[in-house]
Amino acid sequence: MTQTASRPGAGAQRAPLPLDVEAIRADFPILTRTVRDGKRLVYLDSGATSQKPRQVLDAERWFYENVNAAPHRGAHQLAEEATGAYEEARSKIGAFIGAPENEIVFTRNTTEAINLVAYALSNAATAKEPEFRTYAVGQGDEIVVTEMEHHANLLPWQQLCERTGATLRWLGLTDDGRLDLSDLDTVVNERTKLVSVTQQSNILGTINPIAPIVERAHEVGALVMVDGAQSVPHQPVDVQALGADFLVFSGHKMLGPTGVGVLWGRYAVLDKLPPFLTGGSMIEVVRMEGSTFMPPPQRFEAGVPMTAQVVGLGAAVDYLQALGMDTVLAHEEALTAYALDKLAEIPGVTVIGPPDTVARGGAISFTVEDIHPHDVGQVLDDLGIAVRVGHHCAWPVVRRYGVPATTRATFYVHTGYDDIDALADGIRAAQKFFGTV
Amino acid sequence: MQLESMYQEIILDHYKNPHGRGLRDPFDAEVHHVNPTCGDEVTLRVKIDGDTIADVSYEGMGCSISQASVSAMYDLVVGRSVPEALETGEHFMTLMQAKGDPAVAEKLEDELEDAVAFAGVSKYPARVKCALLSWMALKDASARAMSAPQTGGSN
Repeated sequence: MTQTASRPGAGAQRAPLPLDVEAIRADFPILTRTVRDGKRLVYLDSGATSQKPRQVLDAERWFYENVNAAPHRGAHQLAEEATGAYEEARSKIGAFIGAPENEIVFTRNTTEAINLVAYALSNAATAKEPEFRTYAVGQGDEIVVTEMEHHANLLPWQQLCERTGATLRWLGLTDDGRLDLSDLDTVVNERTKLVSVTQQSNILGTINPIAPIVERAHEVGALVMVDGAQSVPHQPVDVQALGADFLVFSGHKMLGPTGVGVLWGRYAVLDKLPPFLTGGSMIEVVRMEGSTFMPPPQRFEAGVPMTAQVVGLGAAVDYLQALGMDTVLAHEEALTAYALDKLAEIPGVTVIGPPDTVARGGAISFTVEDIHPHDVGQVLDDLGIAVRVGHHCAWPVVRRYGVPATTRATFYVHTGYDDIDALADGIRAAQKFFGTV
Repeated sequence: MQLESMYQEIILDHYKNPHGRGLRDPFDAEVHHVNPTCGDEVTLRVKIDGDTIADVSYEGMGCSISQASVSAMYDLVVGRSVPEALETGEHFMTLMQAKGDPAVAEKLEDELEDAVAFAGVSKYPARVKCALLSWMALKDASARAMSAPQTGGSN
């Protein structure tokens, strides 16, 4: 499917879908409800947050009904079992991305995981422990991002630069929605301390080449963070193959609960970072005069963690692994090819992002001539179709492509061709309603 | 379809044929307001003579609701005193908080004229900010114009 280009007028082809959509839908209780006066819910907003299968909801409920206790504290049986469930989920989630469990740090979400590293890098400058100063960022240093980033992978670095006097630089975009790597060797240079790049754009759908960026960054001694918020839920990701130093992602976008995210970090790097948040359970020895900290990952997990949510995310990982991440990717590729063809058949619809499925995920942003995305979204909503409208927390991207906002459809394991047909019919209904055709 | 309750014919008319659009001189204050959740933007100027709003001129990009709202607002406030215009703005705010209650719309019908057509928008919380964007800009611009010495702004 990877070579399927969009062919206006050729008629959208329905390749057999790799996943059994009807069977999967039966696992998602929310998909049985109706919206806007009895209409079937067509959920095309998984890129914002995914729906949850019964297995994930059951896991959270199981935790609260059977073993609820604060992990890593207390000597009672519940505390033991809660700790066991929490740590078992850590191993499972680590294995999902090819990482040992001591490199998995739980955060609230991707945003917090990125902030954790950004604050650790500025805290490093004033750390009293010499080894914690290893990655300190200061005046004369540079941080590199791209113009494609979600605000969550832009603002923490802008702020880090403002706190430390470092300079923020970025890689630009090409007209067809790809990263422009032509000036990679000058943008990433001896002054670069860290490069942070998204693996899959939440607005364009672009899947970025991480290898050349890692190669150049490591050549100059810079760390690399990969924002996997939109890639880890949708494609196989193995941190050993990726070669980066950090990978961050959110549980709620991969069938898991809200309130849990993951920072993966290479142990040797995590070990030299000072903490971000401090408090209970991240400490070794506490005295009134000063304290010492646990090794990673506990050093970065202050306070009682989101234990039930971590257990729920473990169940989400089980669910995705049973489907197979290669199959999930192939499923979304087939849907994306079909959707690009269907949209190309509608006059006035322009896709913002790569026009074919080569190195492209299932986030499809588009504009409809003479109808504002808000109004497109409103008509779709009236038909029971949930999409995202606006700048998708990636304001520089919409600005780069000269549109005020877009409408975005995103797919997941329960998405079928019927959902995409509904979307295409809905867009035509919007055109009819606003009299633009 | 429930869409017609939001997109009243009057709203679509204002959207397609906006009244008073374009930035004009002279003016006493200019403001730029954005709706950060969706990126809708409006640049709005006011010209005040004594305490009367002599002109409101604007440029913006955004959805039909935000664009139609600024057009209907133009019709309502130009030629009125600043306190009157702001009071009308308060009533429009009341309408937007009515969650579609027809009694509220009925009560405000005479005062809000075309703008009462936005009553249907109040049933959709995500769109209320679109309708209010220009009214917030007007409030801000009027406050700035009244607090600045009236030297004519530009030209």
